[in-house]
Amino acid sequence: MKTEVRLPQTRRAMNSNSLLLLITIVLFVVMYAIGCMIYADKGFSHVQTFLNLLITNAGLICVACGMTCVMLTGGIDISVGSLIAMDCMILAYGMGVKGWPCIPLLIAVLLIGVVFGAVQGYLVGYMKIQPFIVTMAGMFFARGMTAVICTDQISITQDANATFYAWANQKIDLPAFLGYTNSKGKLQIPYIRPAVIIALLVVAVIFLVLKYTKFGRSLYAVGGSESSAVMMGLNVRRTKMRAYILSSFLCSIGGICYCLNTMSGSVQQARGFEMDAIASSVIGGTLLTGGVGNVIGSLFGVLITGTINTLVTTNGKLLSSWANIATAALLCFFIILQSVFAFLKNRSK
Amino acid sequence: MEEQVLLTMRDITKTFPGVTALDHAQLTLRKGEVHALMGENGAGKSTIIKCLTGVYERDAGEVCMEGAEGNIWNRSTQDAQNIGIATVYQEINLCPNLSVAENLFVGRQPRTRIHTVDWKTMDQRAQKIMDNLEIHVDVTTTLENCSIAIQQMVAIARAVDMDCKLLILDEPTSSLDDKEVAKLFKLMRTLRDGGVSIVFVTHFLEQVYEICDRITVMRNGRFVGEYSVSELPRVKLVAAMLGKDFDDLASIKPEGRVSVSDEIVLDADHLSHKGTIKPFDFKIHKGEVVGVTGLLGSGRSEMVRCIYGADKAQSGTEQMRGKTLKINSPIDSIKVGMGFLPDDRKADGCIGELSVKENIILALQARSGIFKRIPRARQVEMADHFIDLLKIKTASRETPLNQLSGGNQQKVILARWLCTHPDFLILDEPTRGIDIGTKTEFQRLVLQFAAEGMSIVFISSEIEEMLRTCTRMCVMRDGEKVGEIEGDMTQESVMSAIAGGEKK
Amino acid sequence: MSSLKKLTDKTLFLPLFCMILVLLINVIKSPDFFSIAIKNGVLYGRLVDILNRGSEIAILAVGQTLVVAVSAGTDISVGSVMSLSACGCCMMLAGYGVNSTTELAVPMIVGMLFGVLLGGVCGAFNGLLVSKLKIQPMVATLILFTAARAIGLLLCDNQITYIRYEPYKYLGNFIPGIPIPTAIFITIAVIAVISLLLKKTALGLYIQSVGINSRAARISGISSSKICFLCYLICGLCAGIAGIVASSRIYSADSNNIGLNYELDSILAVALGGNSLGGGKFNLAGSIIGAYTIQAITTTLLAMGVSTDQAPVIKAIIVVIIVVVQAPVFKAWMQTRSARRLAARAAETSGKKEMAAK
Repeated sequence: MKTEVRLPQTRRAMNSNSLLLLITIVLFVVMYAIGCMIYADKGFSHVQTFLNLLITNAGLICVACGMTCVMLTGGIDISVGSLIAMDCMILAYGMGVKGWPCIPLLIAVLLIGVVFGAVQGYLVGYMKIQPFIVTMAGMFFARGMTAVICTDQISITQDANATFYAWANQKIDLPAFLGYTNSKGKLQIPYIRPAVIIALLVVAVIFLVLKYTKFGRSLYAVGGSESSAVMMGLNVRRTKMRAYILSSFLCSIGGICYCLNTMSGSVQQARGFEMDAIASSVIGGTLLTGGVGNVIGSLFGVLITGTINTLVTTNGKLLSSWANIATAALLCFFIILQSVFAFLKNRSK
Repeated sequence: MEEQVLLTMRDITKTFPGVTALDHAQLTLRKGEVHALMGENGAGKSTIIKCLTGVYERDAGEVCMEGAEGNIWNRSTQDAQNIGIATVYQEINLCPNLSVAENLFVGRQPRTRIHTVDWKTMDQRAQKIMDNLEIHVDVTTTLENCSIAIQQMVAIARAVDMDCKLLILDEPTSSLDDKEVAKLFKLMRTLRDGGVSIVFVTHFLEQVYEICDRITVMRNGRFVGEYSVSELPRVKLVAAMLGKDFDDLASIKPEGRVSVSDEIVLDADHLSHKGTIKPFDFKIHKGEVVGVTGLLGSGRSEMVRCIYGADKAQSGTEQMRGKTLKINSPIDSIKVGMGFLPDDRKADGCIGELSVKENIILALQARSGIFKRIPRARQVEMADHFIDLLKIKTASRETPLNQLSGGNQQKVILARWLCTHPDFLILDEPTRGIDIGTKTEFQRLVLQFAAEGMSIVFISSEIEEMLRTCTRMCVMRDGEKVGEIEGDMTQESVMSAIAGGEKK
Repeated sequence: MSSLKKLTDKTLFLPLFCMILVLLINVIKSPDFFSIAIKNGVLYGRLVDILNRGSEIAILAVGQTLVVAVSAGTDISVGSVMSLSACGCCMMLAGYGVNSTTELAVPMIVGMLFGVLLGGVCGAFNGLLVSKLKIQPMVATLILFTAARAIGLLLCDNQITYIRYEPYKYLGNFIPGIPIPTAIFITIAVIAVISLLLKKTALGLYIQSVGINSRAARISGISSSKICFLCYLICGLCAGIAGIVASSRIYSADSNNIGLNYELDSILAVALGGNSLGGGKFNLAGSIIGAYTIQAITTTLLAMGVSTDQAPVIKAIIVVIIVVVQAPVFKAWMQTRSARRLAARAAETSGKKEMAAK
């Protein structure tokens, strides 16, 4: 007796997660296209505008990857903005005020990220405290420590640390055929910065980790059903702790990229950054309930939020607040979309 | 034909604070058989399974399994898995967001030479496993997009692939339709023929007779008997489960019967709720006490939940005294004078941290509305009245409910509904966990309220209790209402009705 | 031993303990902590300062307590909503685009009510997402956390709007002739209204029922989603009121700074008040005491030279300690530890008895 296979439902439903990713990519393309059309005269359609998106948001890309990993387990990490501020302040203070060399500082920042993540991860994974509360405490701790280190804004100048300064201003030129002539008749060769390479590398590595390592797959399993994961013999507590360590580590990498961009440290830096990271992940198709998500989507999520910011800045007349509102509205839309999808799925059972 | 014994459990005892869950229980399993484990609520079937699979640690007793040395003590699910015992629960313990193939290999994915997850091999091996078990599914589909039946079979396939000798299926057919049940049974037969022993925990009578070889019946934590399916008539099985010896049945006339009025209080026509209860009709007259009988899981609670609106009816109509009702949620029922004592006291009844007094007046408050707060003096009066009437053992009326014993908690929830003086009251297992003295008191109260004009639905696993109070009984089996009996009812006639007869 | 446990089990133990601890530290450091003087017809003194400045947190804590109790979640938008309501009020009073005024465009009460209303709208938005769409509270309130401040900034046309109209300052400072800061009266009023609402109607009972066991509450006839929505609405209104008070203190609407970090303080107040962050039974008095304790901590830290930017470090540590102590895992660990200790002691004493018997 042959067992029938439920094909139609499978094909339709299998796309619900890919559907979210598709919506994201289409949304980005549409938004960018609109930008090109409206602001063609302001040079929006130049390749460099797109590359600038990557340059400005290199830090956010790294953080969003980490955020995706944490959200896959069903958790959340709202300490990332403050951690970046703390990292930037450490770098700025260390190089600018104390005159320390940059390599040890960079290593210190990465180590701090690991320790920070370990503490948060322990509280979430082993003490089973709500991730929100833990990372909120982490957020306020890091932001406060930033002020403890120094309450003023510090810039990293060339005299402070020549190596770091050089890295920050390094341009990596792309092949000349992508160039264009500007209004003054000069050939502009598009370029990116080292931070972009780092960010894209991070995306690639995390993509591979999520798809091809046991740790990566266990993130999905834990997020899908924690009780089932326990039954199947996975060490859920350890997996969760590692997710937070990874997130804070990537956040530190992101902090370095961010610092390369801003070349300063201040208490007010990266405020609201965590919202951008969460929004990027959610828009990129990561479910808040866990178990679904991928870093490619998050990359596009970052590009979308970045495009919104660029559209607002290019306009010049709109306040930057509009970017915040637009991001929040988009986040709201995607959250409701996810909840509607979940509701429909439950209904069809 | 000599059948080898795979597993013996003897003198298994397990107690929890205040409750003896297992009292010298036993279980014997043979190789290559499908063995049903049956019993009503509190029988101990899930406890004995949990003791075997390492979820609980038993207090005493001997467990011997072929292939493992001596007396086995499983202290974790991993221990049980290591000796070849696997369990598939009703809530599928797989990850819905992962593919079928991945679910089969969680925690033990095949690796490539560079130690990464080898997706290709995983898919191939998964497909082979499923094909061997004749389950036709594309292993790359996400699990949640497969039907529940397929999901269960994937869970079983995972267990089988991990070399299980003993497979425990805990109520696997509760959410399956007939076609899916047939598929599942086919798989079970394949496994059985391959030498796997299967424990089939269920309450569906027909299915037991269709697929199982032997049955073990438990009651109140004790072993009642082990039978061969071919030698056990249905009525005897029901009798064993409900605790009456077949030869010992006597006719018990309801005491103090009052003549029932002709006025129909509630008339439900063709009500149903998807997945829990098939369409049914139900009528009750003023002052009538109607019983609902059947095995646990036969749809007794589901039917009354549908009438009350706890599960919103998806078809049919309901009328109270001729007026059509629109019931969207319990508050609508409460407002027209219905009351409902749920059978799952903990999940649907007890609000643990609130005091006894607050728990008692809750439903009445809900009926009065949020702005008309019941004055404190009146709350105290009502609470004291019911504490007295039902003899609730509590330090004071302000004691949090979770500090009371189970039976007393039950009394408080009953008081909550009596407080509202409903015209139509549904009591689902009101006397479960209550001492004999109070049980008799309850029955007397039920008759008294009926005499005063209340219509009551009474559900109990003890037929004797219902015979003493009810004038009519609805009979449920396997998720639908199969009939009614009235007039001269005896234990015998009720049990025959529950057991059913020849298969359609 | 058991009498100590009885003491620690009392609901108000934790907040009172913390409050007394903070007050002790203050008194030790500055013996004139408790002194109150009247200068220029108004009360002065550290204590008065704490009661005055802690008003916003206390008002927020009232709403936050209800949200935590009913949904086991927290409303993190309260700080941003404060900012939005302040901006809305000032915009109404000054007129759109005006950044400083001495004349009011509309009656003062209208502007203030508008601000509070904005708070209510935000609360309703959150309530809808949580109760109808069943979105996690923290996620749902995340949206307004991001957007409310930005919307406020837009309402004020991206500038700080000043209301240089004397009576407007009364709310956050002093009404002429009354020595007690007005904010204290507002706080008392809010607490009174909410307490009356909870006690005189069945709302308090319903919130606890839904928070403890929403299924049982539903069977008993309570509409869980309506109660949940109502709590978020109240929280939003409280945030609105707090925003107006904060705005009145500085007679302006500084969108970027009003309400900054207040969400942590309000959640901390609820936790310090002995309320479980997992929902269920709640104690409003505890949250109020918790709120003033936090204000006392902030003031103490300030006096010790810790700036407002640095204070969050201490608060974060306090939050972690409290939630760890409340965590079931920790409690279970403590129980096994004390059980082991008791068993060891019993074994010791029985061993000693055996020795003595020999």
